Amino acid sequence: MFKYKIVRASAPVWMRTLIPIVAILLSFLITSIFVIIAGANPLAAFYNFLIVPLSSQSSALEVLVKSTPLILTGIAVTFAFTAGYFNIGAEGQLYAGAIAAVWIGINFPQLPSIAILPMMIVGGFLAGVLWALIPALLKVYLKIDEVVTTLLMNSIIMYFVSYLLNDYWRNPQSGYPQSPDISAAAHFVRLIPKSRLHLGFIMALLVVVIVYFLIKRTPLGLRMRASGANAAGARFAGINVSRTMLTAALVTGGIAGLAGMGEIAGIHFHLIEALSSSYGYTGIIAATLGGLHPLGVALAAVFIGLISTGSQTVSLALGVPVYLGDIVQATLLLVTLGMLLLQNYRIERR
Amino acid sequence: MYAIEMVGINKHFGNLQANKDIHFSLQSGEIHALLGENGAGKTTLMRILYGLYRPDSGEILVNGQKTSILSPKDAIQAGIGMVTQHFTLVPTLTVAENVVLGYTHSQLVSQKDIEAKVKAASEKFGIHVDPSVMVKYLSVGERQRVEILKALYRNAKVLIMDEPTAVLVPQEVDALFESLLKLVKTGLSVIFISHKLNEVMAVCDQITVLRDGQVTGTVKKSATTQVDLAKMMVGRDTSGISRQIEHKIGKPIYEVKDLNALSNQGLKTLKGVSFTLHRGEILGIAGVSGNGQSELTKVLTGLLIPTSGSVFMDGQDLTHASPSTITKAGVGRTPEDRHEGMIGDLTVAENLAMEDLDKYTHNGFLDQKAIVKDAEKKIADFQIKASPTDALRKLSGGNIQKVVMARALSRNPKVVIASQPTRGLDVGATEYIRKKLLEERNRGAAVLLLSEDLDEVLALSDRIAVIYEGCIRGILPVSEATAEKLGLLMAGTC
Ligand SMILES: Nc1ncnc2c1ncn2[C@@H]1O[C@H](COP(=O)(O)OP(=O)(O)O)[C@@H](O)[C@H]1O
Ligand SMILES: [Mg+2]
Repeated sequence: MFKYKIVRASAPVWMRTLIPIVAILLSFLITSIFVIIAGANPLAAFYNFLIVPLSSQSSALEVLVKSTPLILTGIAVTFAFTAGYFNIGAEGQLYAGAIAAVWIGINFPQLPSIAILPMMIVGGFLAGVLWALIPALLKVYLKIDEVVTTLLMNSIIMYFVSYLLNDYWRNPQSGYPQSPDISAAAHFVRLIPKSRLHLGFIMALLVVVIVYFLIKRTPLGLRMRASGANAAGARFAGINVSRTMLTAALVTGGIAGLAGMGEIAGIHFHLIEALSSSYGYTGIIAATLGGLHPLGVALAAVFIGLISTGSQTVSLALGVPVYLGDIVQATLLLVTLGMLLLQNYRIERR
Repeated sequence: MYAIEMVGINKHFGNLQANKDIHFSLQSGEIHALLGENGAGKTTLMRILYGLYRPDSGEILVNGQKTSILSPKDAIQAGIGMVTQHFTLVPTLTVAENVVLGYTHSQLVSQKDIEAKVKAASEKFGIHVDPSVMVKYLSVGERQRVEILKALYRNAKVLIMDEPTAVLVPQEVDALFESLLKLVKTGLSVIFISHKLNEVMAVCDQITVLRDGQVTGTVKKSATTQVDLAKMMVGRDTSGISRQIEHKIGKPIYEVKDLNALSNQGLKTLKGVSFTLHRGEILGIAGVSGNGQSELTKVLTGLLIPTSGSVFMDGQDLTHASPSTITKAGVGRTPEDRHEGMIGDLTVAENLAMEDLDKYTHNGFLDQKAIVKDAEKKIADFQIKASPTDALRKLSGGNIQKVVMARALSRNPKVVIASQPTRGLDVGATEYIRKKLLEERNRGAAVLLLSEDLDEVLALSDRIAVIYEGCIRGILPVSEATAEKLGLLMAGTC
């Protein structure tokens, strides 16, 4: 009856590099159905998705602007996942970083850029660490599942943001739920005139490089990879798995905090509730699609930035809903996850 | 007439032959034990009978009829039920739902209806469980009863139980035996897998012993003794290693006193273990698996904190020390299960360097060149067939074990903990590992060898102890240890 069986086997390298590409193609095939339902031509849609945003300098730079926070959240998630800590809380940690950055940016108007920007960077990082602390301690000392706690912390901080914007920072004149602006010295410089591409992009690339070396070349990185791959084996070899995981669980929060800080200093200059368009969650997609390799994750983040820029172009050009971009992203995640699961199996004759 | 006959069963996994021309017959209404050490091929044979594996060759007869069993569905149809080593219940469903799961023909399930049916079945078979509770609230013993009930509900006439007592506390074992004895009176036949001699003698009518995938004999309980069974179970042909001339044992260096420890399930598994290791000796600890060897290994390698007792080395207290402290103190630690102690996703070189990360760190970065260079040397020294950058998981079991040994031994430890060092290895790798352990002893290290392989213990050790139900029994010099004497100790009969 069962002529074939499925066995575990690890995928060869060529297969692992092929996976994201095939995943992307498959996702487009699947999303075509939705494009057709929305009443548009799939080819025209994907032309607008992928090609149009790159065909002018200004929109190509806008893709990089969109990718900046995604690179950081993607790297944050990568850092945690590598150590076997499943941080779903990058979204909340991003807001923690943003709150700290705004607070510093508002309260020290006399300081020059050279002083205030480093303060905001450090403050944003530490706030992210602080927000990641509770789930990290719960996980390491009480073995409480971090997937649940980090996710719940996201909702908590959104209420805190809401309180800040409607009470503490509420503008008595306008009544808008938005914080005061940070001082002009607290703005990231624009890298290219007449574009929104800001210093935060360079910061993100720096983080990619640092995390790459941290994971691949330092003892901490090796401890993290060992703990993530086989905690029992790591423990046997004398690695303090709890401390390693705690480190990863805190640093991931810091990196996500930098994403929030960058959006404040580079784009918005004040805190609003819609600061992040789910960058924390999309970072998980980038990390997965990039195979948890920092350089791959950065590329994946730029690709997702392209899709979300493209979804606006598509919607303008073809009159389809912008949510098409979300559908592409979500399909991409599901297909990639499915393929990652399947790559470890092979079909054999019995 | 036989309820089940298995004729000429062969099964290979790659190069390993797990079942060799096995003939096995089960009479109706008897409890028939399948006895053998870990890895003897018991589970494999029963998975073939239950349709989970396909034999390479051989036939299965049910009630004298040749039957082809290609899946558990076929097995159930033929009246065969199996309670596996790992339970297959869904914790979030009720007992009744679990029992009927996959065995109802209607699409709609009425809770009341199935609870009534399961209750009736539970009364009929005398297996007492509350059908309405969720399985996750049940104890291990109760879950096992649900598994049995599930099989009987599917009209099983033959029940396979794979090491059912491994997870139970003594009272639950007694209750299980009582149920089984009652059930066979109603016509059920039971295949009872175990490696514990006393249990087999307590409950079975007929005993088939497996060793290295082969049947070494089928005997009636009334016509055998635990000692004979122990011999059939462990007495394989002596291995190639012959003992060297008398060897002088040095000063004491490692002292274990009155260790007590709990298993993962919270059962008292180590009960007052004491022994002393001397420089230049191998102390072998023989015993059938599951008698506390795993817990002893874990305590001595720093993975499990004992509830009481002490471990001292050269005057240094290592009782509560971490794995890295124990390593630094000069203990060469090897894990009982090489897959649990090593990291398959990392490279051979990374695994080899793992205990020495400080040494390989310069200015905060790992010195990759030094890691690879040292790995190359260890690979050459230990004849490992791999390159430093290969992922460890790609290696064969023998080569992984050599990596384990290379990591532990290349620091010239004063004490070596070797737990089941040759389990599952081919002849070549086995010989090599044994030679290395003798080299360590000759160098002056104190070696603790825990092994289920009695011949290995006899061939390598200077002194031999037996571990039985968490206690160390009689430490003998090898000159006084005979297979018979040890067999008796291992069976717990003296
Ligand atoms: N699925 C499998 N793949 C490869 N080897 C296996 C598999 N199942 C069992 N073995 C090997 O077959 C031998 C017999 O195993 P098993 O039947 O589980 O023994 P037992 O139940 O008597 O302890 C062991 O050496 C084991 O490692
Ligand atoms: Mg077994």
